[in-house]
Amino acid sequence: MVSNAPSPPREGATRPGEGPPRRPGAARRRSTGLRNGRADRITLALMLGVPALLVVGLVWLPAMVTVALSFTRWDGIGGLETIEWIGTQHYVDAFTIYPPFEPALRHNLVWLVFLFAVPTVLGMFLAVLLDRELRGGSVYQSVFYMPVVLSLALVGFIWQLIYSRDQGLLNAFLAVVADAPPVDWFGDPDINLYAVLVAAGWRHTGYIMLLYLAGLKAVDPSLREAAAIDGAGPVRTFTRVVFPALLPINLVVLVVTVIDALRAFDIVWIINRGRNGLELISALVTSNVIGEASRVGFGSALAVIMLVISLVFIIVYVSTMLRGAHR
Amino acid sequence: MTATTLPEAPRRYRRRRIRPARVALHAFLGATALAWFFPVLWALVNSFRDYGYTAVHGYLSLGGFTLDNYANAWNQGELPGYFWNSVVITVPAVVLTLLLSSCAAFVLSSYSRRFNLVMLAVFLAANLLPPQALLVPLFRLYTSIPLPYWISESGSLYDSHLGIILVHTAFQIGFCTFVLSNFMKAMPDSLLEAAKVDGASVLQQYWRVVLPLCRPSLAALATLLVTWIYNDFFWALALLSSGDKLPITTALQNLQGAFFVDYNLLSAGSVIVALPTLVVFFLLQRHFVAGLTLGASKG
Repeated sequence: MVSNAPSPPREGATRPGEGPPRRPGAARRRSTGLRNGRADRITLALMLGVPALLVVGLVWLPAMVTVALSFTRWDGIGGLETIEWIGTQHYVDAFTIYPPFEPALRHNLVWLVFLFAVPTVLGMFLAVLLDRELRGGSVYQSVFYMPVVLSLALVGFIWQLIYSRDQGLLNAFLAVVADAPPVDWFGDPDINLYAVLVAAGWRHTGYIMLLYLAGLKAVDPSLREAAAIDGAGPVRTFTRVVFPALLPINLVVLVVTVIDALRAFDIVWIINRGRNGLELISALVTSNVIGEASRVGFGSALAVIMLVISLVFIIVYVSTMLRGAHR
Repeated sequence: MTATTLPEAPRRYRRRRIRPARVALHAFLGATALAWFFPVLWALVNSFRDYGYTAVHGYLSLGGFTLDNYANAWNQGELPGYFWNSVVITVPAVVLTLLLSSCAAFVLSSYSRRFNLVMLAVFLAANLLPPQALLVPLFRLYTSIPLPYWISESGSLYDSHLGIILVHTAFQIGFCTFVLSNFMKAMPDSLLEAAKVDGASVLQQYWRVVLPLCRPSLAALATLLVTWIYNDFFWALALLSSGDKLPITTALQNLQGAFFVDYNLLSAGSVIVALPTLVVFFLLQRHFVAGLTLGASKG
């Protein structure tokens, strides 16, 4: 819906970037013939114009400028006249001569695959188990989605207490049980990504469970009854009847998971600023832009790669949501 | 969209007999729930333990319980200041977001469908863009907008709480407008018609008629927004430069240095930082869940 949105009606409509609509009162209203006075029209224009200005000015416009900057060389501090146009050089550089880029892409992909393979599947499974009358069901639910209210930065902190090499629970436990040498779970570049993923998955599972619980409650009970009458067991009922009926929720979960995997940032930044085994595209952008080097153009090129990937899924999300909203 | 009132789960036929399947289900859920609760429990337990004691006896011991870690974390970590910054950012951002998005939703829910869709798409999609993709232009924009000293000591929007409030508002308006406009569209037209016949101005229709009816949605969204904005790490990191202006979530990375060697202190600090969102969660769980599923479920 973002890229192929229909052009707005000429009268009274506004396009993003054009500020408040000039003649809102002229737009087609669903009300009867009562017309708004002049003061009302100004009020309406402001009520939509101010929020639109904020969203366009602080989100969409900067996003577009980032795209433009990705084709330039600029230190970000000097005047705008010091911007030098260099075409696609940064993109070529990212893929050829920037060592952290390839691992970052790989880690984001591992992140995504892991989120789908473990927390998403587990979250859906828990939702299916909890979607029934069950003693203590709400207690189970609360426990599973409690981590959702914690920030990912704090999740990193809390798991540090378990993962720490010298003071963490895990090494203390392994030393007692298996006499194992201490492992630096967050520091060892071969394993720290997976250690972080366990912590991130801990938080993601509850969110997915919640989305599926809402989705399952909205599934028409008669569908299940019909399946039961036809002799389908619980597994067959779920795979053949309930799961297909969850299509909108499945799309939302897909998008939420992809966007989460792409935007993952806080937890790796708080552990080691996204280095040494924890490279992620988001962290590379941040360190290129606010780091000492301040490579604005290059950081922007990396950000555009993030932007393009997420836009694909944002379009899926927005069209799903709006289709549902206007049925 | 009837997400605020989720239909009840289909009632199951109850049998008195204890079924092995039910026992297995409880065993599985109970074990998983324990595992899920454990990291928080571990932080909680260690936050009450004396560092000297655990240094000698190890963490797999019992004893050495104390409250000192909380006092130390609170004072050494300078938590009161960071908490205040979080309040100064979160409260205005939530109020502003709800105010602006309810205004936009009010206008959009009474306009032609096509125009509606375009604006909603623009609003909603903005909510999902990766924040890093806006960083450079926003940074530049913020440094070039001058502000009087009484609003921002830095003299510009950069390194000011106002700047953080605005960027949060801009980001969250999209989602809230979407949710609220769905809610408003579900309201009976007759209410507004009656107000119009009575000669109510647009502002009166919005403030006296529509907004009071939106209270449940606003409550759910407010709960969600408080959590999201309080939990933000990135924007304060990117757009604030003075350490003493950081909100608590972003200040965590400085606390890491202050608490580095003492993990019991770190535990106490974590518990303190988690407390506001956990309180919101436990007190307003119903609103929180309703909010999270508002955007996702379709009745």
